[in-house]
Amino acid sequence: MIENSMENRSCFHCGDPCEELILHEGKYFCCSGCKTVYDILNSSDLSYYYELEKTPGISPKIKESKFDFLENPEISEKLLEFDDGKRQIVSFMIPSIHCSSCIWILENLKKLHPAVNNSQVDFPRKTIRISFSNQDLSLKELVLMLARIGYEPSIALDSMEKNEKKEQVGRSLIYRLGIAGFAFGNIMFLSFPEYFEMNEFWLERFKHVFRWLMFAFSLPVVFYSGWGYFTSAYKGLRSGILNIDVPIALGIAVLFIRSSAEIILDLGTGFFDSLSGLVFFLLLGKFFQQKTYSFLSFERDYKSYFPIAVTRLTGDSQQEEQVPVYKIEEGDRVIIRNEELIPMDCVVLQGEANIDYSFVTGEAEAVAKKSGDKLFAGGRQQGGIIEVEVLKPVQQSYLTQLWSDEVFSKDKRSTFQSLTDGISRRFTFAVLSIAFIATLFWLLYDPSKALNVFTAVLIIACPCAIALAAPFTLGNLLRIFGKKQLYLKDASVIEQMAKIDTIVFDKTGTLTTSQKDKITYEGLELTEEELSLLNGSLRASNHPLSRSLYSILKKNQITVPEKFEEITGSGLQTSLPDMSLKLGSKGFVKPVVQTGGVLVDEEEMSNNTSVHLSFNDQYKGCFSFQNSYREGLTKVFEELGATRELIILSGDNSGEKERLEALLPSGIKMFFDQKPADKLQFISELQKQGKKVMMVGDGLNDAGALAQSDVGIAISEDINVFSPACDGIMAAKQFFKLPRFMELSNQAIRVIRWSFLLSLCYNLVGLGFAVTGQLMPVVAAILMPLSSISIVAFTSLATQLIGKKLGDKKQS
Amino acid sequence: MTIIYLLLSISVIVALVFFIAFIISVKKGQYDDVYTPSVRMLFEDELVKPESGKNQSLNKVKSS
Repeated sequence: MIENSMENRSCFHCGDPCEELILHEGKYFCCSGCKTVYDILNSSDLSYYYELEKTPGISPKIKESKFDFLENPEISEKLLEFDDGKRQIVSFMIPSIHCSSCIWILENLKKLHPAVNNSQVDFPRKTIRISFSNQDLSLKELVLMLARIGYEPSIALDSMEKNEKKEQVGRSLIYRLGIAGFAFGNIMFLSFPEYFEMNEFWLERFKHVFRWLMFAFSLPVVFYSGWGYFTSAYKGLRSGILNIDVPIALGIAVLFIRSSAEIILDLGTGFFDSLSGLVFFLLLGKFFQQKTYSFLSFERDYKSYFPIAVTRLTGDSQQEEQVPVYKIEEGDRVIIRNEELIPMDCVVLQGEANIDYSFVTGEAEAVAKKSGDKLFAGGRQQGGIIEVEVLKPVQQSYLTQLWSDEVFSKDKRSTFQSLTDGISRRFTFAVLSIAFIATLFWLLYDPSKALNVFTAVLIIACPCAIALAAPFTLGNLLRIFGKKQLYLKDASVIEQMAKIDTIVFDKTGTLTTSQKDKITYEGLELTEEELSLLNGSLRASNHPLSRSLYSILKKNQITVPEKFEEITGSGLQTSLPDMSLKLGSKGFVKPVVQTGGVLVDEEEMSNNTSVHLSFNDQYKGCFSFQNSYREGLTKVFEELGATRELIILSGDNSGEKERLEALLPSGIKMFFDQKPADKLQFISELQKQGKKVMMVGDGLNDAGALAQSDVGIAISEDINVFSPACDGIMAAKQFFKLPRFMELSNQAIRVIRWSFLLSLCYNLVGLGFAVTGQLMPVVAAILMPLSSISIVAFTSLATQLIGKKLGDKKQS
Repeated sequence: MTIIYLLLSISVIVALVFFIAFIISVKKGQYDDVYTPSVRMLFEDELVKPESGKNQSLNKVKSS
């Protein structure tokens, strides 16, 4: 009864269900960390935090020594954005920022500590910029304060590299767009009078002023806003591709030259309105397509995960010092603490290593290593402190060497020809031939009009609407995908997805869940008392295996053990006056003497994780944990396999082969024991056969394959925490929707095709005016925006419709 | 009608003023984060009575 009511309580601070209840000031907390945060906030009059959102917090888990490296001036200097000796400014990425309360509390840091002058949160990027006076507050203290209230900054090797360049690119488009819009609006005003009254007296007198003003406004449009089209067209031509920017650049150039000639020679008003409108709409399309998920990074490599510094032992006196990771050399001796990531290949000297390679392989189960064993970079130590000797420094380690492969320096998109580029080649040829034929005709018929017609054709055929179709369709779909938790790097990935004919899956962590929730018990039956003590002991343990075991066992009764001891890396030991329990690894539970019981098959053990238990030193049996496959896996494979080739590429041994074969439709190739470099090689072999390959993976060991493939999708249990470099990040729980996403990208291509057709109709109408030599500026000024707007409307509606399908099918 | 020169120059100057304001705002980073300010503006500036705030939150928990 009591247990039930406790289960239903959730923590006032973080909202987690309370397993161990702390009652404090009439509120319930799940751990003393949450209680402390509440106290801190309350004592600083910051309890408004809880008014903004219900249970906004994050349960804080801090280890003070973790941030010792911030005391090293060399490291802190690199992290700081600004430092004048008194005031320092620093920016952190804080993955746990998730609601408005977070913004509020982080921007009120100055109330928690007077030395903080100002702090500003960028919510979409999940970053905070803090300015503080370093005389009263050191960088380390600041980070600890953040960690203590549950907002631990993530500081990794790449925090030291400032990425200001990226921002500049984003802003430059805003400038271009702003200038084009500004000029467009003003030119429209100025050209309006001449649309209607041609022979009015005052207009005749002032029209030159109007025209020259328009000319002045159009200069920045052509030479700043639209300049990108000229450079892109030039680049395309030089590499032999007629991309969509070629006809656009041609159109802009012709528009500008003809309009300037017209006003200089006093022949007419020119097409400045169409010119600026064209550039404005095109840039708008670009802006729309440029939806980026700023809180995600698609360029992450090992640097985003590796620590900045490690503890090195120096001299004979074994002094510990914090050293930047890139200064570590072969032969150095390094201390790795609990939960620390090993940034280099090394050999264990002392201590019991228990390494979790989930970053690398996606496999969450920790591997025990003894002194003398080799450790690879990328593992995370779980358990006590170990001392290791470095074999290979960071840049040369087994894992990081993968990044020296040229795949990572090559830009994937430069080799990809988009649908728009494909159509633009034919389009450009068609337009140019029409222009020449029409000019030839007029040269024979009425030479005075020939030049007029030639330029008019090029102007009206400027493929504004075609160039807008893809950005708006794909940009819109990108947003729809994003809502369904498939975050793509950019819009061209959707086009790539539609072309995929081969999909390669990683096994562990991609097809399987990282939680081990399939548990089987083998051994002697447990009595009621034993079960209740087991439950009580599990409840008190924080180990992930204990947690999942606890959640599965039936809880009839719970006996809280009197003595509780958790031995990190091996297991736990609890006791009542008349009973004792040992739970954990085989070596820990079953000491030297084997007390009969069930002998577990050694081979089976190597594939599964197991927790052994004994009561009163009597071995009882073990719980085996198995990876379970993701929900809907069979269906996903059936649906995708209907039209595409599916391959499984696993870094593990072939132990699971039979289970997979039983689960999946037949005809799926499986390859096991693949090293990271093998995976990369495998993908490129497929590509050499002319296949369009999509790689679905999760760990850093897939990074090479993800980069090499045409589309690399990373599956991630927690979007904010981890993903290797890729083209798209997909929330693990959306895995079953993969066929839908593929289908949708195919439909998007169809929408783009239809809008091409639509815009061709507009072009034909326009060409009708142009070849007959009747193109008035007002016609161009109406036709151009009309076609653009209708294309935008069509694509938005169409994508919204097909996007709806995604939602509907989810419910069924 | 030469007043039109004056009107034109005024309209262009006004447009330019806004344009420059836009450029400055981009430069200062106002367009780098377009989401957070929308949340920030809804916060109370100061808690007038922290005591009453505390009681409110207490009541909330009790009632829920």
